[in-house]
Amino acid sequence: MKAAAFEYHAPRTLAEATELLARYVSADVRVLAGGQSLLPVMAFRLAAPAHLVDINNIGELSNLSVEQGHLVVQACVRHRAFEQPQENGPLGRLLARVVREIAHYPIRTRGTMCGSLANADPSSEWCLVAATLDAEFTALSSRGRRVIQSADWFQGLMTTALQPDELLLQVRFPLLPEGTSFGFQEFSRRAGDFALAMALVTFRVESGLIVDPHVGLGGVEATPRRLAAVEEFLVGQRPTGQLYTEAAASGASALDPLTDVRYDAEYRRDLARTMIRRALHEALPVL
Amino acid sequence: MSRVALTVNGERHVIDVEPRCTLADALREQCAKPGTNVGCEHGVCGTCTVLLDGEPVRSCLLFAVQLEGKSIRTVEGLAPHGTLHEMQRAFMEHHALQCGYCTPGFLLLGVWCVENNPGATDEELRELVASNLCRCTGYQNIVRAIRSVLDGAK
Repeated sequence: MKAAAFEYHAPRTLAEATELLARYVSADVRVLAGGQSLLPVMAFRLAAPAHLVDINNIGELSNLSVEQGHLVVQACVRHRAFEQPQENGPLGRLLARVVREIAHYPIRTRGTMCGSLANADPSSEWCLVAATLDAEFTALSSRGRRVIQSADWFQGLMTTALQPDELLLQVRFPLLPEGTSFGFQEFSRRAGDFALAMALVTFRVESGLIVDPHVGLGGVEATPRRLAAVEEFLVGQRPTGQLYTEAAASGASALDPLTDVRYDAEYRRDLARTMIRRALHEALPVL
Repeated sequence: MSRVALTVNGERHVIDVEPRCTLADALREQCAKPGTNVGCEHGVCGTCTVLLDGEPVRSCLLFAVQLEGKSIRTVEGLAPHGTLHEMQRAFMEHHALQCGYCTPGFLLLGVWCVENNPGATDEELRELVASNLCRCTGYQNIVRAIRSVLDGAK
């Protein structure tokens, strides 16, 4: 339960950090941000990187700002920052709602949003938020920077578009218009445990009809994603309990659930249906 | 080996550590603070909880080498040797421990709560202590103990 030996680097600037990543890219180098997922796998020696580049001393990476209609979250912003709304609109409230489900407070004081997004655990709440809200990811390396859309970011189980010499510099979330309703529901066996299924929905109601629905599902498949079939079912419709039930069922039927020794595909599909339906009711309660 | 200067319970410690040495191990073995118990060593049990610059953290999920200039508070720092902090007295009075192994972590969660969220609701308090594992008490008496200090502080 002790990590294997490694060489530790603590750059003070982004240029130093990307130079270190480039220098050691063929020698198994990893970025250390909050470390709340990396240290456990190092303790188990499932990971034994030869070099760690600790980005916690790069001051600008703790910044969180609103720019041009986006909330911009830099690499070292910790989960805890979101417990108080970081902007006054629905997005700030949505993030404050979701963060309470992430692990436990002593993990949230240290773990980072970008670290979770780079780790891409299928049960990660922030990964679901990023997929549902079409977040943009900015990767930085000594070769330059590039922007990656959320649909391209998540490539498989704990696999992202990030290259080994790249750092996830920031993630950008589009602000949600006033009047956007949101609902988030997660099922796990114990408080703070990994989600077996979770759903996030956002939409507005104009003239009594659902506008711009986003329906995301996480924890069920290898990666979180928007469910186009459910969104098509909802758009332009009058919100009713029957609509919610039928929309959730339409989404659950077209899934490719993860399976393991405890939970088979049908169980996760059933959970997915329930989480989507409950998230819709949380967003806008109807009879 | 890397040299790190950090403050533990107000005392300055300059220690030489391998980069892979966790804060929990550095506290126990190099700072002579064995009150921080080590449970699972991978962030699940919360037994090794300490306060880092005033906030609770798992000391098994930090490398000591990362903590240059940081301030750590452990169970030894709660009250002068031979005396009890009010949270320790409350744990004793409410029978909030049996084997005692998890107790240092719960004490620091409780002290953090009293100092940072004295108006905590029962739900918030239960959410907070759910972070740490106790296999003896069933949590009821831990919640009662922390609640009694919160109520006394009003």
